[in-house]
Amino acid sequence: FLLPLGLTHPHLLFGSVKEHHVTLPNQSEPWDMKQLLVWIRGNMLKERPELFVQGDTVRPGILVLINDADWELMGELEYELQDKDNVVFISTLHGG
Amino acid sequence: MCQVDEEYNGQLEHRGAPRVSKKCVKCKENTAVLIIRAGDAFCRGCFKDYFIHKFRAMLGKNRVIFPGEKVLLAVSGGPASISMLSQVQEGLSRDAPKKLRFVPGIIYIDDGGASGQSMEERKRAVAQLESVFRATNYHYHIVHLEQVSSLPSSVLEAGSSATEKPETGLSYKAAVDHFIQTRKNQNQHSDLSVENGQSHLSSLSMQEVQNEVTSPITPEHTQALQRLFASVRTLTAKEDLLHTLRQHLILHTARTQGYTKVMMGDSCSRLAIKLLSNISLGRGASLAMDTGFSDPRYGDVVIVRPMRDYSSKEIAYYNRMFDIPSVFIPGLDTKAQDKASIQRLTESFVTKLQTDFPSTVSTIYRTSEKLHTACPPQNTNTQLSAKCLLCVCALDTKLGDCIFHLNCNTLIT
Repeated sequence: FLLPLGLTHPHLLFGSVKEHHVTLPNQSEPWDMKQLLVWIRGNMLKERPELFVQGDTVRPGILVLINDADWELMGELEYELQDKDNVVFISTLHGG
Repeated sequence: MCQVDEEYNGQLEHRGAPRVSKKCVKCKENTAVLIIRAGDAFCRGCFKDYFIHKFRAMLGKNRVIFPGEKVLLAVSGGPASISMLSQVQEGLSRDAPKKLRFVPGIIYIDDGGASGQSMEERKRAVAQLESVFRATNYHYHIVHLEQVSSLPSSVLEAGSSATEKPETGLSYKAAVDHFIQTRKNQNQHSDLSVENGQSHLSSLSMQEVQNEVTSPITPEHTQALQRLFASVRTLTAKEDLLHTLRQHLILHTARTQGYTKVMMGDSCSRLAIKLLSNISLGRGASLAMDTGFSDPRYGDVVIVRPMRDYSSKEIAYYNRMFDIPSVFIPGLDTKAQDKASIQRLTESFVTKLQTDFPSTVSTIYRTSEKLHTACPPQNTNTQLSAKCLLCVCALDTKLGDCIFHLNCNTLIT
């Protein structure tokens, strides 16, 4: 399903494109954020994956907004994605 | 006796998504959209009020800015300084209750020469920022880092206050009156009451007469700058050098253009990191000045940090929600490894700790607030020879310069 993806600052790692519209392949269980991150790491990150993801989750210092709300309020990695959800990653760090 | 019970394992690892969306802790009506600090959830409207209020409260609590004073806003293009700019606009706008009253100017330092950017990239970044600055109608200055080579040596001295400092026993109101009196005496020709001052400046900007984009720099200047930075071996020292040179340029601009205050956009998170890095860099003696709200080391120009109460998360979220455009400009340490410099390492340490212990940054911040020097030794009473050449703080060693700067000096020459 379709997912607009926004990036501020980490966009350098994604070929300097700030906005991406992403269609995730269909699967039987719903996609959650954890799987999305794995997918992004595999399919979109052009370089230096450790500047974006660390372990299971995003690197500390990267803010994640789902439909303009803090992902901490939505369950972070456990949140199940819906069609047309808007996900934004904002880096608050210096070096990235 | 502790026992790990098999049944609990599964439940502990699974942090379920909240079934019911949280309500804002303030208005208790709207759905929360953001969590700040350790668990306070705010809705969009309450967050905006909170954010704006904090800025004015910060300026109101530390009463160092006088009405009608010229204040230079140091904007790097990053989220915190752009946010500061928008808060200043907010506070100065006509319909703000108890609006702030000072005369703002903006300075941007183009340090692309030091971080290896091409002239086109730098021009593009400057153009982007200029459009942001023009929208504010404030007077702005674009200064290239290469101009450091033409700074007079007076930059390295703390000036005396332009106005004679009244006794500290005076109340704020009396200090303001004193300030206005002194200025009236200085400006006999032009009538600079607050409203006139602001409209005067804004009409100047409209005419594009005074907006200063300083003369184009030659490639030789850029090469000289690059040689300077190349001679400094570690990224730690480079970052510190960059910071020092920036401060000098800002100070010089402030002095020549008549600004008596400079606002820097350091956020709470950034200052916590700065505090710890500075200790590692051997700058413990000047912590109060480096991270406090006001930095009086230069005497005639006081540096204030009104954003020091905001965490990076709050700033990032506000900018996103209310469409405040920030410009990303790659710097010395963009995409650098975690261990590339002391500053980067500290940043990585603090940020990681913050995710598991959300009160990390605020604890460091609160500690830094307590670092006051009772009677600042770093004022003009200290003889000039007893101050560090580069950072203008009182020397804390018996050697010729602060130990750290001694190293820095030998590396440069």
